Amino acid sequence: MTVTAESVSNALELDKVESHLHPEGSFDLADHAVPTGREEVWRFTPLKRLHGIHADAPLDGDGFTVDVVAADGVRAETVGADHELRGRSGLIPRDRVSARAWAAARNVFLVDVPAELETGATNVTFTGTGGESAVAGHVVVRVGAHAKATVVLTFVGSATLAENVEIILGDGAHLTLVTLQDWDDDAVHHATHHALVGRDADLKHVAVSFGGDVVRHDTSTEYAGPGGSVNMLGLYFADAGQHIEHRLFVDHTAPKTKSHVVYKGALQGDGAHTVWIGNVLIRKVAEGIETYEENRNLVLTDGARADSVPNLEIETGEIAGAGHASATGRFDDEQLFYLRSRGISEAEARRLVVHGFFTDLIRQIELPELEEKLAATVEAELAKNVLKGLI
Amino acid sequence: MSKLEIIDLHVSVETEDGPKEILKGVTLTINSGETHAIMGPNGSGKSTLAYSIAGHPRYAVTGGSVTLDGEDVLAMSVDERARAGLFLAMQYPVEVPGVSVSNFLRTAKTAIDGEAPKLRTWVKEVNAALEDLDLDTTFAQRSVNEGFSGGEKKRHEIAQLELLAPKMAILDETDSGLDIDALKTVSDGVNRFAEGGEKGVLLITHYTRILRYIKPDFVHVFVDGKIAEEGGPELADQLEAEGYERFLKAAAV
Ligand SMILES: Nc1ncnc2c1ncn2[C@@H]1O[C@H](COP(=O)(O)OP(=O)(O)OP(=O)(O)O)[C@@H](O)[C@H]1O
Ligand SMILES: [Mg+2]
Repeated sequence: MTVTAESVSNALELDKVESHLHPEGSFDLADHAVPTGREEVWRFTPLKRLHGIHADAPLDGDGFTVDVVAADGVRAETVGADHELRGRSGLIPRDRVSARAWAAARNVFLVDVPAELETGATNVTFTGTGGESAVAGHVVVRVGAHAKATVVLTFVGSATLAENVEIILGDGAHLTLVTLQDWDDDAVHHATHHALVGRDADLKHVAVSFGGDVVRHDTSTEYAGPGGSVNMLGLYFADAGQHIEHRLFVDHTAPKTKSHVVYKGALQGDGAHTVWIGNVLIRKVAEGIETYEENRNLVLTDGARADSVPNLEIETGEIAGAGHASATGRFDDEQLFYLRSRGISEAEARRLVVHGFFTDLIRQIELPELEEKLAATVEAELAKNVLKGLI
Repeated sequence: MSKLEIIDLHVSVETEDGPKEILKGVTLTINSGETHAIMGPNGSGKSTLAYSIAGHPRYAVTGGSVTLDGEDVLAMSVDERARAGLFLAMQYPVEVPGVSVSNFLRTAKTAIDGEAPKLRTWVKEVNAALEDLDLDTTFAQRSVNEGFSGGEKKRHEIAQLELLAPKMAILDETDSGLDIDALKTVSDGVNRFAEGGEKGVLLITHYTRILRYIKPDFVHVFVDGKIAEEGGPELADQLEAEGYERFLKAAAV
C-alpha cells in the first residue's frame, strides 16, 4: 500500500516544496507526535473533545451499519484493507489521526465506477450505533476514465469516527462527491479526504456539516495531469457548543488546472465555533491555472465565533487567475429593514435572508433531492434559535 | 379616505459626538387623493423624514407624533407600519442576495393581505407590473435588487408600489438617477397608483423635473430639518427659476 502511494507521487515528478501550508505526510506513526493544541494545524481544534483519537485511544470499534443504494453498474461494497486501489489517490497522512486511522482500518468501503459509465447517484449511509470504541474508516471512490457519477456519503447517528477518504478520478472523469454530516449531537468525526484528479477530469466535492459535537474535515486535492478542474463547495450550520472545522488544501500540481472553492456557514448559540482554512498552492509547473476560493460566515447570535483563513502560495508568475475572499458578518440590518418595510415579519425576514445566504451555494450542488433536504435542514436549524420567540 | 398626520416631529441620529437632531419639528398632513411634493437641498433631512415614518431603527424620534387614520404609527414595528398601509420607495433600495424577486413579492403580498395571493392571477399580475415598469419578466427570477442598475432598482420600487397597493406612498428621490424615458415610466406608475383612488403620495425630490409628469397638489420646501415654505404647484416653478438660495439664506439668519 505504502509503496503504491509513493509510486504515484513519484510518477508526478514534482519538485519538493517547502510549503508552510501543509506538513509533510507520513504513514509512520512515529512521525506524528501527539498534538498539544499549539501546533498550527491543531490550534483551533478542541482536542479534549476528540475522545483521544488524536492520542492513543483504540480505534477498534465497529459501531456502524452501512446502507447502500448503488447506481446501475457501480460497485459499492466493503472490501479487504489490502485492496489494490487503497493508497492510489496519493493520500499520505498529514496528521496523527489520519495515520492512526490508516493503520487501524480493517477494511475499505469501495465505490468503483467503471470507465465510460454514465450513471446516477450512489447513496451510502453510515449510521453510527454509538459503540464505546472509536472507529477507523476507510473509503475509496474511484471513477474510471470518462465516466460520470455521483456519490453521496451520509453520516448519521452517534460515533467517534477517524476516517480516510480517497477519491480517484481517471482522465476525463466527472464526479460529484457529497459528504453529508448529519450526526447526532455527541458524534466526533475526523475525516481526511484526498483527491487525485486525472487529466481533464472534473471533481465537484461537496461537504455539508450540520450535526455532531466536533466535525473536522481536512480535504486535499492534487492533479494527475493538466486540464483538471475541482469545484469544492461547503455548507455548514453550527449550533451552541458545536465545533465544525474544514481545512482545505488545493495543490496545483499540473498546468492549466482549475480550482473553485466556496464554503458558507451559519452559526448560532453560545460557543458555536467554525473554522475554515483554505490553502492553495500553485507550484512552479502549474502554469496557466485558475483558482478562486471564498468563505462566508453568517453569525446569527452572540457568543458564536467563526475563524476564516485563506492562504494562497504562488510559485509561478504564469497564472491565469487567482483570488480569494473571506467575510464574516451578522444579519444585515438594512436587508431586514427593507424586507420588513414591505410588511414581512421579522421572523420571515430573517428566514429569507438566511435561505438567501445559502441559496446560490445549494443551487451549485445541482442535486435536486439534496437541495430540498438542505433547505429543510436549514429551516429546522433556524427554528432552534434564530426564530425562537419570533414565531 | 385615509389621513397621514405628522405633527411637530423631532428626530435625532446617533453620531460619534452623541445624538444629533436632524428633524426639527415637521408638521404635515396628507389626505388620500392628494399628492404632496417635498423639495429641499441635499442634507436637509428629506430621507430622514421618510425613514422615520417607515420606522428605520437608526432614527430616534424625540418628539411629536405620526398617525395614520388616527393610529399611532410610531408605536408600530416596521412591518406593522407596512401592513397598516404605508409604503416607502427608497432612495437606495437594498440588495438581498439569494432571495428572488418573485419569492419576495409573494411573501410581501401575503403578509400585507393576510392571505396568499391566488397563484394563477398573481403570476400574471407580477409579470404585468414588471412589464409596466419596463422590467423584463426574467427579473422575477433574479435576486432582489442584486446587480440591478440604479434605474432598475427605482423601477422595481414602483412595481412593488403597484403590486402592494398601500394607502400612502412615500417616494424618496425615486426620480434621481433616471434617464428621461425611465422617468416617464416611473411617473406613469406613480400616476396609475394615485389614480387608483383613496391613495396619498408624498413625493420627495431634489429636482423639479419629475413634477412635469407628476402633478403635485401641494409643494413643501424643506430646509434644515423643517418645512420652510408651503404652497401649490406654482411654488415648484418658482424653485425651478430661483433655486433654493432664498430659503437657505432665510434659514441661516
Ligand atoms: N449617522 C449620522 N451621523 C451624522 N449625521 C447624519 C447621520 N445620518 C444622517 N446624518 C445627517 O443628517 C442630515 C440629513 O440627511 P438626509 O439623508 O435625511 O438628507 P436628505 O435631505 O435626504 O439629503 P439628499 O438630498 O442628499 O438625499 C445630513 O446632514 C446627514 O449628514
Ligand atoms: Mg435623501
